[in-house]
Amino acid sequence: MTIDSVRGATGSGLEPELVQLLTPEGERVAHPDYPLDLTGDELRGLYRDLVIVRRVDREAVALTRQGELGLWASLLGQEAAQIGSGRALGPHDMVFPTYREHGVAWCRDVEPIKLLGLFRGVDHGGWDPAEHGFHLYTIVIGSQTLHAAGYAMGIQRDGVLGTDRAGAAIAYFGDGATSQGDVNEAFVFASVFNAPVVFFCQNNQWAISEPLEKQTRIPLYKRAQGYGFPGVRVDGNDVLACLAVTRKALREARDGQGPTLIEAFTYRMGAHTTTDDPTRYRLKAEEESWKLKDPIERLKAYLVRGEIADTAFLDEVEDEAKRVAADLRKACLELPDPGPEALFQHVYADPHPLVGEERERFAAYLASFEGATGE
Amino acid sequence: MSELKRFKLPDVGEGLTEAEIVKWHVAAGDAVEINQTIVEIETAKAVVELPCPFEGTVAELLVEEGATVDVGVPIIAVDVGGGEAGGEPGGTAAENAEALKEDLVPVPEEPGMTAPEEPKRQPVLVGYGVKPGATKRRARKAAPPPRPQPADGGRPLAKPPVRKMAKDLGVDLSAITGTGPEGSITRDDVRAAQRPAATPAQAPAAQADEERIPVKGVRKATAAAMVASAFTAPHVTEFLQVDVTRTMETVRRLRELPEFAEVKVSPLLLVAKALLTAVARTPAANAAWDGDAIVVRHRVNLGIAAATERGLVVPNVKDAHALSLPELAAALHRLAETARSGRASPADLTGGTITITNVGVFGVDAGTPILTPGEAAILAFGQVRDMPWVHEGELAVRRVTTLALSFDHRVMDGAEGSAVLRDVGAMLEDPIRMLAWN
Repeated sequence: MTIDSVRGATGSGLEPELVQLLTPEGERVAHPDYPLDLTGDELRGLYRDLVIVRRVDREAVALTRQGELGLWASLLGQEAAQIGSGRALGPHDMVFPTYREHGVAWCRDVEPIKLLGLFRGVDHGGWDPAEHGFHLYTIVIGSQTLHAAGYAMGIQRDGVLGTDRAGAAIAYFGDGATSQGDVNEAFVFASVFNAPVVFFCQNNQWAISEPLEKQTRIPLYKRAQGYGFPGVRVDGNDVLACLAVTRKALREARDGQGPTLIEAFTYRMGAHTTTDDPTRYRLKAEEESWKLKDPIERLKAYLVRGEIADTAFLDEVEDEAKRVAADLRKACLELPDPGPEALFQHVYADPHPLVGEERERFAAYLASFEGATGE
Repeated sequence: MSELKRFKLPDVGEGLTEAEIVKWHVAAGDAVEINQTIVEIETAKAVVELPCPFEGTVAELLVEEGATVDVGVPIIAVDVGGGEAGGEPGGTAAENAEALKEDLVPVPEEPGMTAPEEPKRQPVLVGYGVKPGATKRRARKAAPPPRPQPADGGRPLAKPPVRKMAKDLGVDLSAITGTGPEGSITRDDVRAAQRPAATPAQAPAAQADEERIPVKGVRKATAAAMVASAFTAPHVTEFLQVDVTRTMETVRRLRELPEFAEVKVSPLLLVAKALLTAVARTPAANAAWDGDAIVVRHRVNLGIAAATERGLVVPNVKDAHALSLPELAAALHRLAETARSGRASPADLTGGTITITNVGVFGVDAGTPILTPGEAAILAFGQVRDMPWVHEGELAVRRVTTLALSFDHRVMDGAEGSAVLRDVGAMLEDPIRMLAWN
């Protein structure tokens, strides 16, 4: 489906405005509200990010198919939305991701192997959120938007907005999450408290098997108006536009101008997760039409045509991506299994008598199997 | 030095227990790389391709195509050569799980000596819910003794949905002793109260009420093709009622001709000829969608859907457009015979360009046929029956049939689809037109 079938979009006779700085053909276009001037190094850096996160993602899918991971939510097709917004982040910003933000994690220097622990079932998220400014993956749909709104209100209360130490919160979520009550509450709180939070919705058109028209009758970004803050739709497959739009929203948030809803219009090229089969509910033709809007191909075309990158650079990135994937595979297979007592370790920061008692009981239960050979 | 590694069927879907090997992409002796697709498997959730976790040479495929294997069973052995020693440290998650299982589960040593079978715990498929009766957990502690129900006429304890269920089933709650928390009445209690005492003996009989037919062979291929077609090609179906009295007359006349003495002449022959003629006038009907192009084929391989004992097959008459009417009749006759006897060759069954399905033989008027994958149109031909019909300005009893044409809307628009259907209808109404348009 496309947004054209949504009443609000066709009723006005106008296509929803989509901020785009790089066309699917790789032509650079200007936008009055979102000027963006990047150096060759920065442009090449974005390309490298896109290629590596796609390769990492592919490796994780393969590892799942080989029984090494229990599950994986592929980001295929959404690389630009994640890298563009991820590279707009500053050191004091705090990210509240879903379980698909592998590209944003990459931008926050979370090593790819750290993402795998959760999906291999050996830990609950292997990184320090404070160190990376990147919260743990949230599996529950939409609840992280509330965390982000609350965190943003905390920043506000630190009294740092408008200074060099100002940060903003950014919540990532999908089109399906917009139907959750949590997201509505987060919008309300962020709005009335003017909290420094950016709501970054990756509208990938499908909430598992539910198409966008089951979530909304107007373009999602227009919902922001009802809450009283700006909303903008950006071409989610255009890394430059995602960067520029997110930069502006974050800057405004840090300056105390309140929240923004960004709808990154993109497409989930793969399955919802490795346990999903999209051929059961969507048409191949739709996937084919989005292939033409591939985020990596358009940047590649732009770099090559503008002589910003040569074949040697592209090959080098390809090789690096391969190395990162091989290292990831090796590290994944080497991830140690946690002992049974690990279950009790992170319930409370400090020792807790009840948890301690439960740990001992569990240990005794396990010990009762010693020497047992079955009934 | 050669070292064999075996890849065990992983659980690729959060709680699957088994999968069917659909297709091997490699054979013994093939070199394989890490992440190269080696096999397609079909689970309860999806068909997925499995990438190879090793680099080396395929030593042996351990499971045949079509077999259903349990998760954890090795499916392929790969000779990883002498390059790296040691294998993966720690083993794979699957291997560890297997090792754990071996530690805990006693393995019967002789076939005669079987361990008492515990009810197997069925994992729950995420998003698919719990199978009724799938979880048979051992109770952690003894259930609390059921509390006697209030004898003073107080309401027995039961949640509202259970009350509703009891009401629907006509079960008196006050006559039940609850086994739930606080002695409350559960759904199971209500069900147990509803059943007469002989329930256990009846259970197998209830099973006999239904039969599970494994989906394989033609049924499976048909299902796959129909789903693929219905989900890829946007179908449009148009209908037309036609007075075929003259066609039936023509069929009778043809049968008397010496040229048709050896072959069977049926209305299908004229429907086929009419369709071939219509296709010549609207070539888009004999086309295929190929992603970035529409392939219009100049030769017509006319498929005829045939119900056989093995299931639905669609053999086709090659170059049907070039055949004379007696040749076409002979070809259709031969095709039906071969298909019905189950001897249709792969060549007969592939390469079709357009299809006729004769649903009339089943005694129905019409259907909305699903395209044969790779084709742009399919014509359904309903039963011919006597109907009141306005003929030459007067009500008359005429021989009437219904035609239904489904076409791929990516390839053809309503104008072209309608043209084909209208042409076929016109020719069946007045077969002389076939001469005019041929």
